[in-house]
Amino acid sequence: MQDASREADGARPGEGVASFETTESIGRRIAHVFYAAPALVPLFVLLVAIAIFGILLGDRFFSPFALTLILQQVAIIGIVASAQSLVILTAGIDLSVGAVMILSSVVMGKFTMDLGLPPALGVFCGLLCGLLCGTISGWLVADWKLPPFIVTLGMWQIVLAANFLYSGSEVIRSQDIAEQAPLLQFFGRTIEIGGAVFTYGVILLLVLVALLAYVLSQTAWGRHVYAVGDDKEAAELSGVNVRRTLISVYALGGLICAFAGWALIGRIGSVSPQAGQLANIESITAVVIGGISLFGGRGSVAGTLFGALIVGVFTLGLRLLGADVQWTYLLIGVLIIAAVAVDQRIRRASQ
Amino acid sequence: MKLLKAGLIGLAATAAGAGAATAQSVCLITKDATNPFFVKMAEGAFAKAAELGVELRSFAGKFDGDHETQVAAIETCMAADVDGILLVASDTKAITSVVEQAREAGTLVIALDTPLDPIDAADMTFATDNFEAGRLIGEWAAKTMGDTSDAKIGLLNINVSQPTVGVLRNQGFLTGFGVDIGDPNRWGDEDDPRISGQELSSGNAEGGREGMENLLAIDPDINVVYTINEPAAAGAYEALRSFGKEDDVLIVSVDGGCPGVEDVAAGVIGATAQQYPLRMAALGVEAVATYAENGEVPEATEGKDFFDTGVGLVTDAPVEGMDQLTVEEGLELCWG
Repeated sequence: MQDASREADGARPGEGVASFETTESIGRRIAHVFYAAPALVPLFVLLVAIAIFGILLGDRFFSPFALTLILQQVAIIGIVASAQSLVILTAGIDLSVGAVMILSSVVMGKFTMDLGLPPALGVFCGLLCGLLCGTISGWLVADWKLPPFIVTLGMWQIVLAANFLYSGSEVIRSQDIAEQAPLLQFFGRTIEIGGAVFTYGVILLLVLVALLAYVLSQTAWGRHVYAVGDDKEAAELSGVNVRRTLISVYALGGLICAFAGWALIGRIGSVSPQAGQLANIESITAVVIGGISLFGGRGSVAGTLFGALIVGVFTLGLRLLGADVQWTYLLIGVLIIAAVAVDQRIRRASQ
Repeated sequence: MKLLKAGLIGLAATAAGAGAATAQSVCLITKDATNPFFVKMAEGAFAKAAELGVELRSFAGKFDGDHETQVAAIETCMAADVDGILLVASDTKAITSVVEQAREAGTLVIALDTPLDPIDAADMTFATDNFEAGRLIGEWAAKTMGDTSDAKIGLLNINVSQPTVGVLRNQGFLTGFGVDIGDPNRWGDEDDPRISGQELSSGNAEGGREGMENLLAIDPDINVVYTINEPAAAGAYEALRSFGKEDDVLIVSVDGGCPGVEDVAAGVIGATAQQYPLRMAALGVEAVATYAENGEVPEATEGKDFFDTGVGLVTDAPVEGMDQLTVEEGLELCWG
């Protein structure tokens, strides 16, 4: 707040106190708008990025094919980032999301293909596996009061090692799955509408984001999630069951990651124990660019979707321009820092 | 106190071990412990070591590219005074200084799969001729197409850092296909109009799918796709399948892993150049045992600066004038 007022002061040294106050209140009002709807900034960046690449690349980018391709390419990270959003809203972080996703997909594959369970039961066991991993993290965070960073750093290693030990790094081939258990590839199926191609995985992402957005803003549980992230003690004092909220958030996060694992089988066809190694970093990137505060309590899951899409737009756009892939990483790095800087500014200005 | 005691017991055990270890010993250091290629390589090494009565210690980086862990592993092996080190280096340039120390201490260092930079930094290299592997699939693809003037080529490489193996396979493929490669030390400098694009795959199915999608966005009419390895090929096929183009595109690959050979049988991959990691590791262990016995350093294959462990072209659609393995033969020799 101090910074903002000083800048305004410096810009108009000759003007009176009254007009200075007006400038500040406009700034404050803008800050309040963004504070109230934190998804607006990433949405704006996304639309500008699409427009710029559309102008530079024309039809190659601005086609239903390319635009829905971006959705397909961000579907997995978008789903994982939704789980990450829930955890970060409680001022936590989950480094194990990618590992939980992979282990769940491996469980689905191995239970169905090696143990010969019916595909539906195999999928159920995989989802249960994700739920269980999340619940363990949540329990350690809520009951043992361990820092989420440490808990999930440990869980990441444990789950990933379990994945490699159990799978022996062996891939289950797409063709075998298609033959014996097509249900595993359910989210790879596509709907085509005039050149636009939607996979079921994309639809899962969109439905999930809509559902979470509703639950977070319209239900008591959603408000508790924000309250816990904003100020744990205050939430406790006002009667929120912090313990149960935290465990449920991590558990739900784990379950969502398992769904991401299922969708991943659809996307790559096979069950690959080595996939998704960067999902934790990429999901945090999407969440941060999407305007969710790492300090918890502020942000929306729609922002996360926009954050993931921004990364997807930059990646495909720059590739189509023929730019070196390092430029993508560089620009995404800039976006991450800019997003957090904006968050800090809004936070201070609106206080 | 308890800790100290445990430490002392450990030390004593090590000393006893070292005392008993007048037997030959060898270290295997791979890029990571999760890639099936290295998992199989370690299996081959352990089997051969057990057969020859050689003690084998196995190390691996935490991930592909983990240089520090490999350096620490070489230091550990030097401290253990092993007769030889079999190394699949992650950073082929940076590792050479510690390799030199090991060689000065009298340890035989054999590079497996990936040559060091420079190649003579190791006593010998046991590897696949990756250029030849690429050339074989390139020639097969050209012969399968017949008239290659309408070819639209997409290439799925591993990553932007252009590791030697990736460059050799890529340039070998283009050479075999009949494309002028320009500088053979890097891909991407070719100006043949038949090349639609060069993309990245990270060498896995996820990356392969995304890379193929990007290639299709660049040119929807691509009809020949080179892939760095079979997981990338499987991912590329998924992308093609989702756009209904799987029957219009010829995919070739390199590796010869069992899932890859099965993909050849299923028509996902047209042909793949198979390499032999078990043979690499087994020959490496043998070479160290020979060296420990009489100081003999293994010789390079004639006309090459490394020991060529061989490559086989696996396809179920053979063309004329090439040595090819059937899918059944490929399955007998496959790994992972």
